[in-house]
Amino acid sequence: MSTVLEATAVTKRFGGLTAVKSVDLTVGEGEVVGLIGPNGAGKTTFFNCLTGLETPSAGTVLYRGNALPTRPDLVTKAGVARTFQNIRLFPNMTALENVIVGRHSRTKAGVLSAVGRGPRYRREERESEEKARELLAFVGLGKVRNELAKSLPYGDQRRLEIARALATDPGLLLLDEPTAGMNPKETAETKTLVRAVQDRGIAIVLIEHDMRFVFGLCDRVAVLVQGEKLMEGPPAQVQADERVVAAYLGTPTEGEESA
Amino acid sequence: MSVLAPLHDRLRSRLGPVASPVGLAGALLLLIATFLPWSTYAGFPGKMLNTVPGGARLYVLLLALFAVLFVLAVPGRARALRGASSFALTITILTVLFIGYAGGGLVNCGVGAWVGLAGALVYYVGAQALLVDDGPAPARELPAAPWRPAVEILLVVALAFLVLFVFVIGLGIPTANIASGVDHKLGGAVSLNDLTNESQFLSFLLLVTGAVLALARLGLAASLGLVTKKHSKVLVGAGLVAAAVFPFTQSGNGYSLRIAASIGVFAAAAVGLNIVVGLAGLLDLGYIAFFGVGAYFAALVSGSVTSVLDVHLPFGLVIVLSALISGLFGVLLGAPTLRLRGDYLAIVTLGFGEIFRITVNNLDGSAGPSLTNGPNGVSNIPDLVLPGGFSFGTNHTLFGVDLPFQANYYWLEVILVAVVMTAFLRLAESRIGRAWVAIREDELAAAATGINTTRLKLLAFALGATLAGAAGAVDAHVVKVAAPDSFTFLESALLLAAVILGGMGTVQGALLGATVLYLLPEKLRFLQDLRLLVFGIVLVLIMRLRPEGLVPSKRRAREFHEAGGHADGLSAPPGHHAGVPS
Repeated sequence: MSTVLEATAVTKRFGGLTAVKSVDLTVGEGEVVGLIGPNGAGKTTFFNCLTGLETPSAGTVLYRGNALPTRPDLVTKAGVARTFQNIRLFPNMTALENVIVGRHSRTKAGVLSAVGRGPRYRREERESEEKARELLAFVGLGKVRNELAKSLPYGDQRRLEIARALATDPGLLLLDEPTAGMNPKETAETKTLVRAVQDRGIAIVLIEHDMRFVFGLCDRVAVLVQGEKLMEGPPAQVQADERVVAAYLGTPTEGEESA
Repeated sequence: MSVLAPLHDRLRSRLGPVASPVGLAGALLLLIATFLPWSTYAGFPGKMLNTVPGGARLYVLLLALFAVLFVLAVPGRARALRGASSFALTITILTVLFIGYAGGGLVNCGVGAWVGLAGALVYYVGAQALLVDDGPAPARELPAAPWRPAVEILLVVALAFLVLFVFVIGLGIPTANIASGVDHKLGGAVSLNDLTNESQFLSFLLLVTGAVLALARLGLAASLGLVTKKHSKVLVGAGLVAAAVFPFTQSGNGYSLRIAASIGVFAAAAVGLNIVVGLAGLLDLGYIAFFGVGAYFAALVSGSVTSVLDVHLPFGLVIVLSALISGLFGVLLGAPTLRLRGDYLAIVTLGFGEIFRITVNNLDGSAGPSLTNGPNGVSNIPDLVLPGGFSFGTNHTLFGVDLPFQANYYWLEVILVAVVMTAFLRLAESRIGRAWVAIREDELAAAATGINTTRLKLLAFALGATLAGAAGAVDAHVVKVAAPDSFTFLESALLLAAVILGGMGTVQGALLGATVLYLLPEKLRFLQDLRLLVFGIVLVLIMRLRPEGLVPSKRRAREFHEAGGHADGLSAPPGHHAGVPS
């Protein structure tokens, strides 16, 4: 199995605070990797370091063997797409437009061809729209494509964000809490969606707090605690590890243990 | 208005069942009043003394005709009536106040004015008390028939010419002055004649707004929107023809053509600014500087005797070079400043605008290198001469109609506006335009979606500057001078106001906004010192009543009027961390 992402010793310091401390993470082709950890463990900062929103203080990030640039649009162009913890859509654009914007880095039309509207321009526009419609249907939003993003229900907004990320033709998709705020039914649907994305041959790293979701979906789970990787392994192994339980619930004091 | 909401509720509960007869009676009273003299003051012209309705009385009469909706059960009628009646009432009140002001006391108001005021008030009350509260009427289509396309095309053409007609009437309102050739800017004493004539412009504006509003609420705007969308090419063609025909309606009146040409320059610049502000969401308060760069460059290389450069380039080359140089300035200013956001960008661009003005003011040979003649500017720009020997400075007779030389410049202006509009429309609906809107909506998300935000913002800035440069070059030839006075902050602010007032992100909006903003101060000159005050009040009122602008883009209209749920539309619902293990 070839590796898609190879992050080595990624470190991010904000002044005196080290938010991410020398974290390694490897993701193989078509793999789903979970990233868990208590609030403030540095999971989102780690994502930001991968996607160029933050420049790592140290460490290297390779995507399919090449170093990832540290500018978000170049990262996306290289093939790493992401979603955000608190959904960031273009609220006053329609669902379809949101996804078409995702095609930006894969299309070329400049000012002159946009004003001139030659045959090549029209073909590119048509292809973008077809691709966007296809992706909307894929995430189950085919019927609401002309609704404004902001007027969609919460669960649909999350799906739309995934569709927009997929429109950039990624090889690796980073999902930051894809089920946050969802009810059990929506969570189940998201699980199906993530599996379907995986079936398209796209590797996935997801940050998640819903443990049933993580352990039921991921091939591998990494645990981040206070900026450091505590452990990494198959779901069953992580689930059984005492250190992980301690990180989430705290260590019982002696008195409580006996009670 | 929401301030009046409790009053309207009470009217509805008290008068609801008899609203229709009451409103109808009021409208009838108003109709009768328009045939009575509104002024007792013999020296008061303005078609107020006689019994034939004209001027403001005619406007009120037209709005009173909407009262037939009290007995017709069509969708949207309650809201249409409320619109028509409130505008009728506003015009009546304004006219009564004005007769009182101009004549020296309300005693000058004739019986018609008082009957009219009472009628308008009752009309308004009746409309507000209507219990029907229907939403906007849906768009309707003509019945499918073989003649449908033909009728639709006819409708589109008629629409273009209706707009021309309204513009001609509006522009021609102070007829007395234009006919006698008195330039308002120079005219000293203001006679009563001016007062009445020009005071009607405001009433006319209110009539047009009220009628359009009422018709739109009856679903006419939406239906017409469908038709014009289907025949957009016809609309463009008809619009161009209507614009080209305009000089023929002015019976050789150069002054109004000059105003129309200036509106064109203003509109072209506003459309350019609309790229920067409306699409990319970058607040540029120094936009007029780019316009100025184009104007000064064109002035310097067009063979003006006052220019320090002794060159005379052909006009085609001048306009292209002006646009390019202006665009270059856009890049130069944009590259360092576009890292700033929001208010900070606005302040820096404001500063650059002032720097430009002060610089050209000082490049007079004594304070700096001799280039711009300082405050005097570069003047006496010769008339344009086309390669065939056609001079823009000569009058012509076409189809038996005398056309003053200003018509040539006007047509040049029409071409400029058409080019700028096409560029804008095509860009807005392209990959580039979508990226700009995405940046405006959420810059970080746009970057994460693969958009090079720095580059695209710079592109918006440069393109806006390019269009401004082209407009500036044409303007220099229209007004024949480029001087620092024309590039003050007020001009930037007015352009921005035109974009916002007209509706951000649309060309029709920028065009309408530019027209209103240019004409209003011109037509309000009779108010002298109060002019800018009233101008400001009108702007505030428009923004209060229609925050999305007069012709908003569909996106922006929905932004303001569609319940988005949360204030920012996208915040997470409570229980955000429902999935946290416990």
